[in-house]
Amino acid sequence: MNMMTALARLLIFPGLLFAVPAAWFFLWVERKAVALMQGRIGPPFMQPFFDFIKLLNKTTPPRNGLGGLLMKAWPVLAVSSAAGAVGLLPVLPSSGGFEGDLILLLALMEVPSMCIIAAGFSSSSLFGEIGSAREAVLSVSYNIVFLMAIVSIAASQHTFRLEALAQLPYSPLRLLGIAALLVCLPAKLHLNPFSLPNAEQEIYSGPMTEYAGPELAMWELSHGLEWVAATGLVATLVAPHVTLWWLAALIFVAICFAIVLLLSVIASATARLAIDTTVRFYWRVTLIFVVLAVSSALLMRLRS
Amino acid sequence: MNLWNRLVCYSRRRSPWIFHMNAGSCNGCDIELIASLTPRYDAEQLGVRLEGSPRHADILCITGPVTHNCAQAIETVYGQVCGPKAVVAIGSCPATTNVFIDSRTLDGPLNKHIPVDVFVPGCPPRPDAIIQGIARAAEILANRGNNPPTPISATEPTTTDEVQP
Repeated sequence: MNMMTALARLLIFPGLLFAVPAAWFFLWVERKAVALMQGRIGPPFMQPFFDFIKLLNKTTPPRNGLGGLLMKAWPVLAVSSAAGAVGLLPVLPSSGGFEGDLILLLALMEVPSMCIIAAGFSSSSLFGEIGSAREAVLSVSYNIVFLMAIVSIAASQHTFRLEALAQLPYSPLRLLGIAALLVCLPAKLHLNPFSLPNAEQEIYSGPMTEYAGPELAMWELSHGLEWVAATGLVATLVAPHVTLWWLAALIFVAICFAIVLLLSVIASATARLAIDTTVRFYWRVTLIFVVLAVSSALLMRLRS
Repeated sequence: MNLWNRLVCYSRRRSPWIFHMNAGSCNGCDIELIASLTPRYDAEQLGVRLEGSPRHADILCITGPVTHNCAQAIETVYGQVCGPKAVVAIGSCPATTNVFIDSRTLDGPLNKHIPVDVFVPGCPPRPDAIIQGIARAAEILANRGNNPPTPISATEPTTTDEVQP
């Protein structure tokens, strides 16, 4: 991948120019699906865009010193890393990529979550600190399952290249990995059974409590981009291999849309769990996915 | 007004995020405000979102006749809402202190402490009236821009909008 294609992927497709409207669209689908599940009509189509423009033009309280600088830096870092993660997704077939881009994608997807933890603590708000502590505990819990599932799929095939993963034939290990990822996504996207860090009304807005105006707009955008990146990663594993580029892109977007719908419906049908229940769920129940995935990956490597 | 400013004004009108504060209310207006967000009235169609933090909100919805205990808190929370902002006084209590008038525990009405943009009278007001009040406040907000509202003194008659119940 040369410099020009890398820039084009980061800035145009599937990077910023495509990912930002996609992020707004997914945020709208999430809110609309929840509204429909509750028997409401829900927000209009352009709602996340209006929210973004409005937040950009609000004032922020004066922030001084290093703490204030950090509070401005975290949301920008979260947005840029989430956009970078989206830029790495192999939406089009034979779109390039490089050996090890899976590791980079996983690392970039982890950055927004770390930014949220740091943001809560640097806002020196009590509710922000509670939310950050919850986010930290949650990310330790789900990440074992999330990372091990992907790494065992990749390791069984001797490759850390996203494009090679997307072209794999279906195997029980791959299906197991997809199931494990889907179990982790609600926690990664702070959705309802596991919406602990940003527990609305319970701890005000969690780590975001002190953020206002453009900073909050960046947090909303990074949340939307996380949606695109996380559903895109699952879609990479789910999508069948098609050589027609427009059909491949269409299938990719359709699978992303289906995952967003599924997660929103689960979110609106469930109530928030307590933090100890959530941690117990991830450490006890979903660890079976990890054991199965790692052992089958080892078996596949031994056999090959 | 250029295109960008028009887009900003339009966005402000279409996305009023509210923060609800109880200033000694009997809970009657509070449940009506929640009712305006429920499936029957569904204020989210207008882009209304109930926020957990006053930092995120555009419109401060205050219920209750201001008690001595919360008078200072109201000014703090009003200061925490970032501009441009608007205030909606829900119910008769924040407008006139209602049946609690002349009580020694009260420090009302609300516009003694902060400038109020829209009064929604009623005891309690219907959810339709609350939604109309929020929509009116969003219109005021759209035109206000970054100019802070002039403080209103309690002795002068106010020239603010009033929503018919």
